[in-house]
Amino acid sequence: MTPQEIEKLEIELLLEAVYSRHGYDFRHYAPASLKRRIKHLMAISGLHHVSEMLPRILHDELFFDAFLKDMSIVVTEMFRDPKVFLALREKIVPILKTYPIFKVWHAGCATGEEVYAIAILLTEEGLYGRAQIYATDYNVRSLEIASKGIYPVDKIKQYTENHHKAGGKVPFSDYYYAQYGSAKLQESLKEKIVFSHHNLVSDGVFGEMNLIICRNVLIYFDRELQNRVLNLFYQSLEPLGILCLGTKETLAFSDVANKFEIVSKDEKIYRKIA
Amino acid sequence: MIKQQYQAVVIGASAGGLHALLAILKQLPRNYALPVVVVQHIGEHMEPSLADYLDRCCDISVREAEEKQFIEGSTVYIAPAGYHLLVEEDRTFSLSVDPRVQYARPSIDVLFDSAADAFGPNLVGVVLTGANADGSQGLKKIKTVGGMAVVQNPDTAEASEMPRKAMEITAVDYVMALEEIGQLLAGLNHWDKGNL
Repeated sequence: MTPQEIEKLEIELLLEAVYSRHGYDFRHYAPASLKRRIKHLMAISGLHHVSEMLPRILHDELFFDAFLKDMSIVVTEMFRDPKVFLALREKIVPILKTYPIFKVWHAGCATGEEVYAIAILLTEEGLYGRAQIYATDYNVRSLEIASKGIYPVDKIKQYTENHHKAGGKVPFSDYYYAQYGSAKLQESLKEKIVFSHHNLVSDGVFGEMNLIICRNVLIYFDRELQNRVLNLFYQSLEPLGILCLGTKETLAFSDVANKFEIVSKDEKIYRKIA
Repeated sequence: MIKQQYQAVVIGASAGGLHALLAILKQLPRNYALPVVVVQHIGEHMEPSLADYLDRCCDISVREAEEKQFIEGSTVYIAPAGYHLLVEEDRTFSLSVDPRVQYARPSIDVLFDSAADAFGPNLVGVVLTGANADGSQGLKKIKTVGGMAVVQNPDTAEASEMPRKAMEITAVDYVMALEEIGQLLAGLNHWDKGNL
């Protein structure tokens, strides 16, 4: 076996161990990114072979915590891809306005920036009172950060710019107050958000949603898992429900492709039609 | 000299890269056998896209890389702005929004590292002009697995730091002006047509 083949085997064994011991299933993640993350954790832990992580994954809870944290680092920001939020505002808000109440599922919300962006958008459109937002992630630590709604103040400039490009109606500074290097979002933005643990890989349908937002999560999965998760979204959506994916993601190759119509092509916004 | 069967080319460029990429890609024929995968550091919102612009200027077809897409010859793939571009062992693309590496996303190192795992000794890596150190670790990896390492002559680069950094940590195979790099890559076309 070449060193590369051995390493591949080590990673397979590691993922089996993580699954059997802790129930988190990374076996259908796209391998290249996963490998980078595993090797990064290996390096900062002072280890030389991936297989050295095995006993620690099995016996050391703190190490597993670190593993889980490293596997789910995502970089998210408020109103990333402002055009997407502009499209939601222009094309989806009019649809939501026809409902007396509606449910939104933000799947894979990570540290929550984007959930609050949606809360802001709905507030500005006078719809927040009718909304119930479910924000889920498999990483409990991310959810803790998300539920606090406190972010580094040095990001605010970017968020302010994004918010403006996304069609923001009032100054972004209305939504937070800054203190000691942090920006704390207005408590009122949290009112309709429920943060909860849900693993897209292993957990079931999250029912009767009118809008599902899941951006830059599917890119980490292989085709098989992407297809499974898109089926889950399909089943979780009400008839005529809306699905918003990342701008580089698509449902074109999934077996639910013909059950949706395109609402906004470049922004990857779809509507369930069958 | 052993004639190696090169199967793919990866190129990394930063400051001054647009001009450098044009000079090289213009020399590749439309039926160029190998896939060429490019990371060019760029702001997140360029209109029209870099891929569209290069496609209009070159014979060879230039497109933005899409996730899960199978990597084919006769095509130049450009990493989308704001995403890391990775090559899987089954020779498809993956994208990620993992943190920036050396301040960059897309990162040249991330592309080169994953492509070296996928293509092993059959890979050619090229580091062009740039004002940072991205690409040097990736080029080292390409050389370590037996691939070919090419660097733009820093004296001819708009920004010399990136090629210089790459040369500092790797015994590269070629240090060349853009014109020569284009010829070298175009020359790889004859060796293994039909084998892809």
